[in-house]
Amino acid sequence: MTPILFWALKGALFLLAVAMLCAVWRLLIGPSAQDRVMALDCLYINGMLMMLVLGINYTSNVYFEAAMLIALFGFVSSTALAKFLLRGEVIE
Amino acid sequence: MTPDFIVGPLPIWAEILTGFFAVLGAAFAAVGSFGLVRLPTFFRRIHAPTLGATAGVWCLTIATIVYFSVQGYSLFLHAVLITLFVALTAPVTTIFLMRAALFRERQKGGDVPPAADD
Repeated sequence: MTPILFWALKGALFLLAVAMLCAVWRLLIGPSAQDRVMALDCLYINGMLMMLVLGINYTSNVYFEAAMLIALFGFVSSTALAKFLLRGEVIE
Repeated sequence: MTPDFIVGPLPIWAEILTGFFAVLGAAFAAVGSFGLVRLPTFFRRIHAPTLGATAGVWCLTIATIVYFSVQGYSLFLHAVLITLFVALTAPVTTIFLMRAALFRERQKGGDVPPAADD
């Protein structure tokens, strides 16, 4: 791996870490419940992107399954939480 | 490590392309998440993270496809699955969240359009 790709991947990881910190900040201070759910969804997406970058970084296919699982759980949890905010119960 | 993988360095164009798209996608995600912190109200904030869910995911998928295709001498399309999944699920989540937010704002008597009577 040449220094170009090495530093590009480190920069991408840094940017994603900043993105996750922004999402965590909104998750902590968010004035309403829907703000927190949205921040959690954004955090899931950013974590999934970080898994993709780590997969390139370590040249490993295992990270794709992890990214897929994170996307799946992020969708299910965000939808369940939004449904809970809308109705007061998840399954009616 | 299987022998049909390139073990040494990749061609320089592949590395530049991979690095460019990885940084671009991460920058999209960072801008989207920064908008989450910066914008004033919920109904403006909900637009920001979609940047990371669309352009960020696409760019990182392209980076992944280029890197693993050049490395494995064959087209690597597993990452497209993730893009398709996110493209299907992100709007669903956003619509549910938007409906919940509108419902809660109406209950609080906020400044939102009234519900369509059905």
